[in-house]
Amino acid sequence: MAVSIKVRYFASLKESLGRDSDTLDFEQPISVAETWARAVPVKEMPVNILAAVNMQYVSLDQQVTDEDEVAFFPPVTGG
Amino acid sequence: MIQIVSSEFDPFVEVQSHQKKSALTGKYGATSLFIGTMRDFNDGDKVQGMTLEHYPGMTEKQLAIVVADAEEKWSLLDTLVIHRVGDVFPDDVLVLVVVWSAHRGDAFDASRYIMEQLKSSVPFWKKEILTDDNSRWVSKNTDGYCR
Repeated sequence: MAVSIKVRYFASLKESLGRDSDTLDFEQPISVAETWARAVPVKEMPVNILAAVNMQYVSLDQQVTDEDEVAFFPPVTGG
Repeated sequence: MIQIVSSEFDPFVEVQSHQKKSALTGKYGATSLFIGTMRDFNDGDKVQGMTLEHYPGMTEKQLAIVVADAEEKWSLLDTLVIHRVGDVFPDDVLVLVVVWSAHRGDAFDASRYIMEQLKSSVPFWKKEILTDDNSRWVSKNTDGYCR
């Protein structure tokens, strides 16, 4: 089953990667952690990273399916 | 009500206007409001401005979860949360949290809860511009005490 997803990056992570998103295509569903490994192969995943799928927090072993929006970002600092 | 705004707002006007529109008359005995304002210093440095980035869509979703959790934990009549995004300057209001309830305990506790959850789970990020024109991302929120 072909899977096409959008990956978004925010704040300091977006700046350090030099882009705010990627579109990835896979042959089958993969986890959030594997999504990072394929989208950002040149950089180890930061230990304090937060991840969301379709705008909801998820753990890194969550499976990603077709048309999902995956987001990676640093600890939040609002308020 | 939850609002993300990109321009200055007067928190006291917002409280009054929301209160007038809301069906609170005769029912509320307590209004607790928290206003977060931008300082001109942080981590020992002088700060001349900040940019507040957020994740449109998730920000509102996550705030709605926080407010719904508060409504489940305490007996609340109404809530109002307004958060600023974009370019901000010292003394600008960054966040307003208002809780109306029949009794003060619910209002005090729920407003604290909403604020703390906002600080730890809602996707906003601050980038500071120092007075020497260098800039830096704020790496984490503190526990809210000066120590």
